[in-house]
Amino acid sequence: MAKPMKFAGFALKNLFSKPATYGYPFVKKEYKERYRGKIVIDIDDCLFCGLCSRKCPSGAITVDRNARTWSIERMGCVQCANCVEGCPKNCLHTENAYTDPAAEKVVDTYQGKPVEKKEEAAAPAEDISDKLPVANLDECVFCGLCAKNCPANAITVDRPNKTWTLDESACAHCGVCKAKCPKKCIEFK
Amino acid sequence: MGKRSIVPFGPQHPVLPEPIHLDLVLEDEKVIEAIPSIGFIHRGLEKLIEKRDFNDYMYVIERICGICSFMHGMGYCEALERIFDVEIPDRSKYLRTIWCEMSRTHSHLLWLGLLADAFGFEALFYQCWRMREKILDMFEASTGGRVIFSVNKVGGVLKDMDKQMLESFVKEFDAMEEELKKLCDVFLTDITVISRLKNVGVLSKEDAITYGAVGPMMRASGIAIDTRKLGYAAYNDIDFKIITSNNCDSYARCEVRIGELFQSFDIIRKAVKQIPDGDIATTVKGNPNGEAFVRLEQPRGEAIFYIKANGTKYLDRARVRTPTFTNLAPLTKILQGCDYADVPILVLTIDPCVSCTER
Repeated sequence: MAKPMKFAGFALKNLFSKPATYGYPFVKKEYKERYRGKIVIDIDDCLFCGLCSRKCPSGAITVDRNARTWSIERMGCVQCANCVEGCPKNCLHTENAYTDPAAEKVVDTYQGKPVEKKEEAAAPAEDISDKLPVANLDECVFCGLCAKNCPANAITVDRPNKTWTLDESACAHCGVCKAKCPKKCIEFK
Repeated sequence: MGKRSIVPFGPQHPVLPEPIHLDLVLEDEKVIEAIPSIGFIHRGLEKLIEKRDFNDYMYVIERICGICSFMHGMGYCEALERIFDVEIPDRSKYLRTIWCEMSRTHSHLLWLGLLADAFGFEALFYQCWRMREKILDMFEASTGGRVIFSVNKVGGVLKDMDKQMLESFVKEFDAMEEELKKLCDVFLTDITVISRLKNVGVLSKEDAITYGAVGPMMRASGIAIDTRKLGYAAYNDIDFKIITSNNCDSYARCEVRIGELFQSFDIIRKAVKQIPDGDIATTVKGNPNGEAFVRLEQPRGEAIFYIKANGTKYLDRARVRTPTFTNLAPLTKILQGCDYADVPILVLTIDPCVSCTER
């Protein structure tokens, strides 16, 4: 049944109620804890494996293994947090605040510490971006540590049958398997 | 017979949130024929699958649309889970259901607002969007995003919602429902609204079948089909009735969407009550090989996801058939014979999402 003036109640209520909007810039909105505002990195923990850069859908992250730099194009980042999910060292996380607005594109570059001797295995200076890990099965104890730590789930270790298999298309060339191997029997070739 | 003239409508038009072009063949003030053309915002997202790892493509496919973004990601993940033949944990199924229904509520509120704006009732439009804002806040608290949620992954979901969060959402929905009932009463009974919607854009049941209408557009013509009844996510465990109307006009489409809005609140309440404890994702190893079809009910209607994988990390094809694409044919039918002044409302009653259609 059609009736007139159905909205009158809302209109009157709105006249005497507070505005629904924030009084920006005097009142600022508080972002929720989970809010994906921007990506931050604990650069001292970074392996410079480059997995974040390969996973980034918008290509906003650049990793230079030799110079040990990690940089992000802030305006190019789409805050999907795929890099955070894929980081084998959990050194990336999201912060619930936006990058400040700017007239020009912002690129933030972080410089890692110089390579120490004990870190050499974890972040090899050699370029392995087009090489694949190969296990020396004579020395391998089939512990499965490489498979467990592989961020791309590319390695399968079958202990009872003593097999070590690599999914070449899934390999991220990050070097984590080589770094984690207790027998040091993985080489990149 | 009056003189015929062709009036272009769109791609830039105050009523259109996204660009679509219609050539309207008019005879005096009556529309005789409407010829739609699309292609203004094609982004080539489906082609991108050949260049992206299938896991990373989830973040691309959910950017097809800013309203059903969760369901696009979910449909893609469900299709891959079928190829991998993995059963995801029950908790993740319920979480997906809750986020799906939250998407439906905010989409329908958005539509109600746009409809009010289309017939010039701006105060009503702002009220609808004010309510929608609360749902976006809930999304922000639970997923970390307001429009693009990025919580799906092949094998489950990435974020959990604890009991406290779920109960606070239900409380908020309860409070919202009271106010929303009064607001929807304006849509369903106010004389100014009814005069613009009743007997406008009638799509008979037969025409709805012939022209392949989907979603609320089809249900408003008396056809009780809802792909949620296929039982994806946790819909198998949740009892709900398909909402239909036999009026077949624009008012019926509004009625169906309002009914679905409140039904979504009920589904969320039931899901929160029934949600089991446990993991939120299962590990999926290797690369997919095979093909899968998934159908799911987005707020605008049935969407189909087709995935073809070749055993490598790059898929051969990821195809999405979106509801708006299917609803364009019924739109041309309802525009035939309507008044020129009713065209904006009729275009809106299909709830067009041109970004989805063109991808």
